[in-house]
Parts: sequence; C-alpha cells; structure tokens
Amino acid sequence: MLESAEFQADSVHAGAEVAVEAPPAFKKKGIGVVSWIAIGWLGLITSLAILAPYLPIKDPQFADFARPSAGFFTPGHLLGTDDAGSDVLSRAIWGARSSLAIAIGAVLVGVVVGGFLGLYAGFRGKKTDTVLSSLFNILLAFPQLVLALTLVSVLAPAAASGGSESAGHDFYSKRLFTVIIAVGIVSIPILARITRANTLAWSQREFVMAARAQGAKDRRVMFRDVLPNVLPAILSIALLGVAIVIVLEGALAIFGLSIPLPYASWGNMINSQISQLDAAPQVWLVPSILIVFTVLSLNYLGDVVRSHFDVRESAI
Amino acid sequence: MRLRKRRATTDRFADAPLDGALLDVDEIKTGFKTERGLVRAVDGVSFSLERGKTVGIVGHSGCGKSVLSRSIMGLLPSNVVRGGSVKFEGVEIGQATSNVMRSYWGTQMSMVFQDPMTSLNPVMKVGKQITESLRYHLDVSKEYADETALALLKSVGIPEAERRLHEYPHQLSGGMRQRVMIAIALACGPKMLFADEPTTALDVTVQAQILDLLQQLQRERFMAMVLVTHDLGVVAGRTDDIAVMYAGRIVEKAPTRSLFAHTRHPYTEALLKSIPKLAQPSHTRLEAITGRPPDLTQPPKGCKFAPRCPYAQARCLEEEPPLIDHDIPGHAFRCWFPVGTDAGRAALEKNVAAGETVTGLPVKAEAGALTTGLIA
Repeated sequence: MLESAEFQADSVHAGAEVAVEAPPAFKKKGIGVVSWIAIGWLGLITSLAILAPYLPIKDPQFADFARPSAGFFTPGHLLGTDDAGSDVLSRAIWGARSSLAIAIGAVLVGVVVGGFLGLYAGFRGKKTDTVLSSLFNILLAFPQLVLALTLVSVLAPAAASGGSESAGHDFYSKRLFTVIIAVGIVSIPILARITRANTLAWSQREFVMAARAQGAKDRRVMFRDVLPNVLPAILSIALLGVAIVIVLEGALAIFGLSIPLPYASWGNMINSQISQLDAAPQVWLVPSILIVFTVLSLNYLGDVVRSHFDVRESAI
Repeated sequence: MRLRKRRATTDRFADAPLDGALLDVDEIKTGFKTERGLVRAVDGVSFSLERGKTVGIVGHSGCGKSVLSRSIMGLLPSNVVRGGSVKFEGVEIGQATSNVMRSYWGTQMSMVFQDPMTSLNPVMKVGKQITESLRYHLDVSKEYADETALALLKSVGIPEAERRLHEYPHQLSGGMRQRVMIAIALACGPKMLFADEPTTALDVTVQAQILDLLQQLQRERFMAMVLVTHDLGVVAGRTDDIAVMYAGRIVEKAPTRSLFAHTRHPYTEALLKSIPKLAQPSHTRLEAITGRPPDLTQPPKGCKFAPRCPYAQARCLEEEPPLIDHDIPGHAFRCWFPVGTDAGRAALEKNVAAGETVTGLPVKAEAGALTTGLIA
C-alpha cells in the first residue's frame, strides 16, 4: 500500500516536469463508425416498418386519382405517387414491412431448421452426415430462384392475379406465410452447410473430447460446447442471408409470385413499373435505393460480426 | 448439499471392492482401420495399477502411448478395433460402449489433456466449466458447486481464484489453463487420473510446477495416476513404475529406480542417452536414435527395435523376446541381449568389431563405450 502511494506521488511529481504518458487504457475493440451507420440505417428501416400503421402517412392503397404518377415533392406526396395515384412514401414504408417480414422470417426458418440439421450432421458424422449432406447438396443443386418460384407456386393458394383485391387481408397473410416458408426452405441447405462445416471443425477440438472425458452426454456437448462456438458463423451468414432474401423477393415479384398488388412490397413496387421505367422513376427508384442501402448495411455488418468474433486465441 | 432424486451416477460404485488392483489391463490391442491396412497402434499391452500408485508411460511420438490411455478410457472414435481386457475395480470395461463409459468418465476416471490452449471451451467461463460436471454427476446445488469450484481453483494454486471463476480461458496463461484443466478433471473426485503429456505445451519452468501439483494432488487424494510423456526426465522421481513403449508394445517395465539404475532395454538406453546432460561440454552432438520407427501396418517379425538397435543379432530378427522378469524381480523387459549383461556386452562387442549390426546399422565404437564402458 505504502509503496504504491509513494509510487503515485513519484509519478505525479514527475508529471509536473515531464509530461508522463498515461498508460494506455484497456479499451474494448470498437466496431467503427460505418458499422454504427449501418446499424442506424437498419434500425430506422425496421422501426418504420414496425410502426407503419401508427405513422402519419397515407393509406398505401388509397388511390389519389387526381394525381397519378406525380413526381417528387408533389404537395401531399413527398416522394410522388405511382400510376394508380398511391403515395410512394407510404407504399415504401409498408413495402419495408412485407419485405423485411419475408427476409427475416425466411432466414429464421433457415437458421432454426438448417442450423439444427447442420449441427446434427456435423456432430454425429458418419451415415447421419452422409445422408443429410447429400440432401443439402440435392437442394443446393437447384438454382435458388427456380426452387423458390416452384415452391411458391406449389404452396401458394390459387391466386387470380386480377381479383386479388377481393381476397382481402387474409389472402395477404397467407401469401406472406407461403413466401416465407418457400424462401426459408431455399435457405435451409445453405445455412445447414455452413453450420455443418463449422461444427466439424469445432467438434475436432480437444475441449469437446475433454467434455466427453468428463462424462458429458452428446446432446450436452453439442448444445453447450459446440453450438456457442458455431453461432458467430451462423449469425454472420444469417445477416448476409437476410440481404440475399430481400433481393430474392424482388426477383419473385417480377414473376408475380411475391406479395400481390395492391399490397406493397419493395419487389412489387419495382415490378409495377418495370415496363415503363422512365415514366415515373420515383416508383422504382425509391424501393431500389432502399434495397441497396439495406443490403449494403447487412453485408457490412455480416463481415463485422465475422471478423469481430474471429479473434479468440489468435489475437492473444 | 441438496440431493435430488434423479440419477446418481456414482451409486454403482458404492460397494466396489477396495482390495486388488484398481486397473488391470491385459493384452490390450487397439488398431485403426486405414486404406493401407490395420495400424496396430497398441499391440498387446498389459499392466496393472493399484490405488494411490503412479505409472509413467514413456515413448516417442507415435509409439501408441496416447492411444493406450484413450483406449483404456474408451475415448477413441468408433472406427478403431479394440481387443484385450480392461478391468476397472474388477469390472470388465474393455468393450464398453460410450453410454456405459459415461458413468466412469469424470467420476471414476478422468483425463488431463496435452494442450491447455485447446482443451478448454473458449466461450464458457472457467467457473462454469468446472461446475458443469459437478452439477451433472453429483447432483449438487448451484451454491455448493460454486463453492467447490472455488476450493478446487485454490487447491490447484490459482491466485485470485474468485476473480478467475468469472474469466474466460483466453484471459488465462497457458500454465493457468492447465491448472484449470486439472481442477476440472479432479472436480468429481476420480479414482484414476490420466495425464496425457500434461506439460508438453508448457514452458520448462511451468512444467515442473504442474508436475509437482499433479503429484501433490495425487498423493492427497490417494488417486491412481497414469502419466504419459515422451520425456524420461518428467517421470524420473515422480512415478512408482515406468513402462517404456515402442511400436505399440511395452519393451521395458520396472520400478522407477530400477529402470534408471539397471536399464536393460537398448531402446530405454537410447532414450536416456538422447537427453542432453549438464556435464557435457557445449556443442556436444546430441545422441540420436538412427532410423525410423517401424510401419505399424506391417510390424517386423522379430524384435520391433532390432533395425535400430546397436545390439541386434540374427536372433532378434527372427524371434520376438517376451516381456518377462529376468535377473531383477519386478523388472521386465523384451530383449535377448539386454544392456548391462554379459550377453548384451558380447553382442555389442561383436557388432563393434564388425562395424555394423546384422541389419546393416553402422555401430561406432564410442557409442558402445559410453554405455558399456568396454572400450575405454
């Protein structure tokens, strides 16, 4: 005690003459400004999507016949209107609701089902792994878009594209659910493969053997020792997955298999204008820009997550 | 201590006999199926171990010493071929499945692994890793497990144990981590501890501390311990018996003192000679064992060490010597021409005179002189 007090007094004294450099504080590694911008953007989009019904915006399906295809900054329509006269800003926000619901829902399906199957395959190995891995490979052999299109058409309740308006909100929820399941199935093998590969690597580690030598059961080793180590990889791929599904939803919309009009999704907003891109650019430009920034943010954060959790022993 | 009416994994051992050997290994054989054929990693090893005793298993890398300890514990992947008998407290566990062995792991036998850097879960706090097996096996309350973990960390000599409980493995040094590993292995009070090269990944000053700690804990708990190492210096003075392994077999087995005082097998002698000595002048060339270990898919017919042995004679290539006691009771070895006997001296003399052994291994006069004192 005495010594340290003396030492402090000493260093204070020294500080009076020579500027003693303060010992570098032990700071946690930050994630950088860009990450915070990305998180901010995603937070903004997500809260807008969640709060859409409570925001002071127009009904996305209300057709302002007086002002169809109005440009930016038209009074009453900040981002203009589409050819039916619906408010683009409002549709973009409600579209975010659909698009994000599909993206997050589908990836959740993929993470839970694919993650579990991958973990199980990687951990059990042998025949279990062979059978499950071949299954993943078969699913991966189909082009993603074709598989998603097929699944939506098979799973979707018959939709007469013209008379969809009469089908009502119930139809919207059913279609949303169908798309989530279909795209979820597409994402299962991708997440399963990543999880399996990581599980294989972690299962070889000595601490897994050590846990077994302490008498831990397989299930316990799998969920307590292997899964927590595999999670960062799953999380990183899941973030990229959300980005991919947002784009995939746009592609589905082009084939008329995403959310049907008059309901809004980013994909069908672009699609509604695809035959006449120059007529009312605000209609496709707004959702496109939203998609670009959202996908960029997700990809960037995915990378940050991967590199941030990649330290472990190597960084010591 | 709160006991719940779940399973008690230790019940089955409550009335185990206290007399007789704790572990009895008889002619254990472990082979790995590969494309080139069956690799006989352990090829007929027998030994027994009593409570409170320590045995050292020594050999170079690839001689099967780690496989032996894992084979006894039943920790090997299922693609291995196991043979022979392993008796623990008189109960045969040689062919037991993982489900059966689970009641032994942790509570009856436990293992400290080689590399403390990789044998702790990087994403689980140290305290949690200790209490997990306590709570699972002994069915104790969280508070009791926490107290025990703290006591365990203190007993393995970790300063500021309270703080360490809440730290992750990467926050600890290598020596600390090995101490934690030992604490985990000892958490459920095993009767037998396998230490699989526990100090190989640590630097020399820490090595001695960890070995002393293991020895101290082994005595306090009256545990049986199997110390696996490639370093004869590690086992010297720390074990009751030493078994020297070569190519999956025990070539010499003796009480520690006798092994060093009356080394009989040429391989043990070669191992001893390859340890640098303080008395040697600097830049002395280290004695190495010429040649390489035999292919374990097709082991040679006679003595496995014959192709590298300066004592080798024609007989060594034809017949494999049995592992039996010779002049000293309790000191068993596999050799036709043992070091330090007349037969051995004559064999070496003959090889030195010829300049090479029967397998064409060149023999220099000095090499023999160092050990036998024949040519001064």
